[in-house]
Amino acid sequence: MVIDLDKCSGCEACVVACQAENNVPIIGPEESAKGRTIHWIELIPYIEGEYPHIKARLLPRPCMHCDHPPCAKVCPVYATYINEEGLVAQINHRCIGCRYCTTACPYTVKYFNWYAPEWPKEMKGSLNRDVSIRTKGVVEKCTFCHHRLLRAREKARAEGRNLLPEDYIPACVQACPSGAMYFGDLNDPFSTVSILSRERRAFRLMEELGTEPKVYYLSEGM
Amino acid sequence: MDEKHLNLEEDAALFEPIRRTEKYFYLVLSLLVAVILWATFAYLYQYRHGLGVTGLARPVFWGVYITNFVFFIGISHAGTLISAILRLAKAEWRRSITRSAEVITVLVLFFGVGNILMDLGRPDRMLNIIQYSQFQSPLLWDVLSITIYLTASSIYLYLPLIPDIALLRDGGEKWKWFYRILALGWKGTEKQHHLLEKGIAFMAILVIPVAVSVHTVVSFVFAMTIQPMWHSAIFGPYFVAGAIFSGIAALIVAMNVIRKVYHLEDYLRPVHFNNLGILLLVMTLLWFYFTFTEYLTTYYGGEPIHMTIFWSKFTGGFALPFWGMFLFCFVIPLPILSFKRTRTPLGTLIASVSIVIGMWLERFVIVVPTLTNPRLPNELVTYSPTWVEWSILAGCLSFFILLYMIFTKVFPIVSIWEVREGREKSMAEVQERIKTYLPGIGIE
Repeated sequence: MVIDLDKCSGCEACVVACQAENNVPIIGPEESAKGRTIHWIELIPYIEGEYPHIKARLLPRPCMHCDHPPCAKVCPVYATYINEEGLVAQINHRCIGCRYCTTACPYTVKYFNWYAPEWPKEMKGSLNRDVSIRTKGVVEKCTFCHHRLLRAREKARAEGRNLLPEDYIPACVQACPSGAMYFGDLNDPFSTVSILSRERRAFRLMEELGTEPKVYYLSEGM
Repeated sequence: MDEKHLNLEEDAALFEPIRRTEKYFYLVLSLLVAVILWATFAYLYQYRHGLGVTGLARPVFWGVYITNFVFFIGISHAGTLISAILRLAKAEWRRSITRSAEVITVLVLFFGVGNILMDLGRPDRMLNIIQYSQFQSPLLWDVLSITIYLTASSIYLYLPLIPDIALLRDGGEKWKWFYRILALGWKGTEKQHHLLEKGIAFMAILVIPVAVSVHTVVSFVFAMTIQPMWHSAIFGPYFVAGAIFSGIAALIVAMNVIRKVYHLEDYLRPVHFNNLGILLLVMTLLWFYFTFTEYLTTYYGGEPIHMTIFWSKFTGGFALPFWGMFLFCFVIPLPILSFKRTRTPLGTLIASVSIVIGMWLERFVIVVPTLTNPRLPNELVTYSPTWVEWSILAGCLSFFILLYMIFTKVFPIVSIWEVREGREKSMAEVQERIKTYLPGIGIE
């Protein structure tokens, strides 16, 4: 995934799309104030410098899907691991809720269900049937809308053709109105994401940690 | 030989707690049970509603429960390790204190493990760690080494109990069938004694590396992550030293209570407290050395991500627990333990209580501050434990004391046969041993 920060307007459409797509529970204002919200993608305010030379930047942060994920190493039950697609998967129905991965992840992309997830009655009808609902006491995080990949693959198979790059994109990328987010195969040297990831503006978060994130950011003057 | 060992008049004070139970025992018992029931209610409340009833939140995912876990596993080093080292070193003064130390180990381990289980979001799935075990995770190393430690220290507690159980079987009045089963047909023959001593010696050696590994692995849970002020190579030995430190302190507290309540002044003498006090003094200094090294390296390196945590402990939101830790672990005990005049039972008791409190704070100060400041900017979240967490801590402490009290009512808390053996044999043995050190005295 590539996110062009120079194009991002900070509208949070990706966040809203993700909440709806992945059945992320609604946390009330009271619990939110305590830090109990769940966001598979979140807008992180980066504030650099000191007054008056201050520079603020908003940075959409999904799961980095690291090549060397610190979270997968510490999980005692293989509830989070790198799957064959190279995504960092999360099995919510195996997770024992020890929250070791949440403390080990340097990007804090993992969220815990402090209570049983809840939705207002009116919203229950619009839950996504492709994404399982979590229980209280388990960890969840961005999967790059893995269920969409499964769907796309089934569809391609039914139509008797190979999976095409445009068959599968996560909800956040689809919803981005300013076209700041790109999704594709980083291993394909001719894909848009691969070309963008080698651009001069490209960087990754905390590269010095050696986690090899698969999310690239583009920004002038970083 | 048998007849002499059956002598119940000798060491009558040691049988007394098992024979007779005073009224205030039941009073304390019911008080403890009340606290335990309250804690059970608190846990059921948490089980029903989720971990949201605690003060935890993102990013402070770990709090009092993990602190308790590290703390209780640390206390467990009181027993087995100290008793094993004293046994192997042939320290004669160990005889009346080993049992009370070993019991602490075995009992307190359950509360260490229990706190991890209570911290789980889905305790009903805990067997997943067997079905899907992922051995790269330090948590599994913990599971493994704590299981071995619990098994080994239970055996190590049980072996020296056998002759005493046999005494109760032959001379006691109640539960004869119970003691008969546990005594495993002990008759006190020469051969049995030889076997037992071999077994104890073997377990004493085995238990030392296991004990060291246990707290090292507990520290690895933190040190293996790349989080600031957790990712430290010193954590293994630092945790082990802290564990022995808090362990000895807990032992001194327990000995003080037993001594007063069961009138064992003749068995637990000032010299025992003096000697343990010296050991505790060494550990106080060692603890300071480790803490100093740990914080100086961080400070000198001055990496911003570490320094944020560093200052949060020194002057920021965690200044109170941090300086509290320093006060209780070092400032209070050091002068008391430094002088022979204050290394009395009472003096060491004050120092020990202070250390036990200080070491809980130390564990807290290690676990929580790191989590409050993740690498990515985050909303400020302050962690304050709720009544559920405090209740469960109180419940764990009460439950531990309760089990300890019950143990003293079922088994002698001072090893009777070892004390007698000391009287009968070791005077001569020690004399022989000293002869082998001295130059100018021929070795036959």
